[in-house]
Amino acid sequence: MNKLVKYVCADILRNRIVIGYTAFLLLISMSVFSLEDNASKGLLSLLNVVLIIVPLVSVIFSTIYVYNSAEFIELLVSQPLRRKQLWSSLFIGLSGSLSLAFLIGVGIPLIVFDATATAWIMTGMGMILTVIFVAIAMLAAVATRDKAKGIGISIFLWLFFAVLFDGLVLFVLFQFEDYPLEKFMVVAAALNPVDLGRILILLKLDVSALMGYTGAVFRDVLGSQTGMLAAVLILLLWVFIVFRISLSKFNRKDL
Amino acid sequence: MIIANNVSKQFGKLKALNNVSVACNKGECIALLGPNGSGKTTLIKSILGMVVPDSGFITFNGKNILHDWLYRRHIGYMPQIGRYPDNMTIEQVFNMMKDIRSFNEDTAPDNSLAEQFGLTGMLHKRMRTLSGGTRQKVSASIAFMFNPEVFILDEPTAGLDPVAAEMLKERIIFEKSKGKLVLITSHVLSDLDDLITHVIYMQEGALLFHKKIGELQADTGEQKLSKAIAAVMLKK
Repeated sequence: MNKLVKYVCADILRNRIVIGYTAFLLLISMSVFSLEDNASKGLLSLLNVVLIIVPLVSVIFSTIYVYNSAEFIELLVSQPLRRKQLWSSLFIGLSGSLSLAFLIGVGIPLIVFDATATAWIMTGMGMILTVIFVAIAMLAAVATRDKAKGIGISIFLWLFFAVLFDGLVLFVLFQFEDYPLEKFMVVAAALNPVDLGRILILLKLDVSALMGYTGAVFRDVLGSQTGMLAAVLILLLWVFIVFRISLSKFNRKDL
Repeated sequence: MIIANNVSKQFGKLKALNNVSVACNKGECIALLGPNGSGKTTLIKSILGMVVPDSGFITFNGKNILHDWLYRRHIGYMPQIGRYPDNMTIEQVFNMMKDIRSFNEDTAPDNSLAEQFGLTGMLHKRMRTLSGGTRQKVSASIAFMFNPEVFILDEPTAGLDPVAAEMLKERIIFEKSKGKLVLITSHVLSDLDDLITHVIYMQEGALLFHKKIGELQADTGEQKLSKAIAAVMLKK
């Protein structure tokens, strides 16, 4: 198991895209903190980067990587290895190296410029989001043989979670504004990892005005502490469930 | 040693394998022949567990291979197209394979084929810079590295230069003489003449015949494998 992870990681880390991604994140976080005199303002600007760019890069890079390793996967499947072992190694390798890129690119500047609890939470959240979108990408890649289709599905899922989902929630909210929707909103937020990530940070920052409806409800229903705990647990559940589905698909896949 | 029982596999509307039953034993060198798309590679992949049959089952040394994975350590497989992670060097690929199969510690990895192919002089080269033929050499070296009981070679000589192809053939003959089972697919029939003991002929996913080479020669009255197979194809 560890052996395979080692090779996958080494392969990904040598990839220029991951190095470029790290440099890009580093550049953004450095410039954000240099421009803003107030560190918590910088944190907020960075939040949007983390919520949009990190999932996008994770999902697209991972999808393409899995497709490009098709023959490599084929080679290893013909070796005395469990498929579960192979798939988990890919998952750990991808999420590990992309998380590392995030840690270097965003986490270190954050902790250097603004070593508050919020900075730590944001680093952790960005890493969990990376892992979730790696899992989503692997699900998309295992679900279809066609590379273009798989990348399309990945991009659509990213678009859905990062942009469309909020629109849908708002739409439902306006249509049913006469009804009490608090419980529904909490459930709805749990269905979107990007939303959960945003709520997690904003609960900590305590800027209710920026929390959006889901965030406000989340705090009302669960309170700051329990709310954060619940958000983290649901995020971890996301990782687990999406990965399990992709694994069971991979176990039955013809290569 | 390898027994397939009524194995069928369907890809969409295409019947890739249609009730194939076959038994392969130690010391045999079997040529798996048939037109393009006749199910040869699918059969090989079923044996390797890369394709799961819709019905029927395959046993390896008497054990069903479904849900088993350890039996693959007895197989050296050379794929039709060997592609490797672009950024790894030849040496890293070799080391990875050795790492993965390290429970075969009783037998030290056998690098002789890689040495014969001259790969040891370019171990630092990255896989993406290699030509198709060199990749084939890497695949072949890996297949023969761990002293397995069974060799499964899918188009082994395609893309190899004549010198390398000859080295590979000699190696196959050597392994056969040690009582190993060798399964080969190839369209270059002249390459197979002095190698094989049995012929399996497949067409449209079905097994047409499984004969000793001598029987085939007697049936068709041809000595050369290429002529014998041509005679079979014309008769159909």
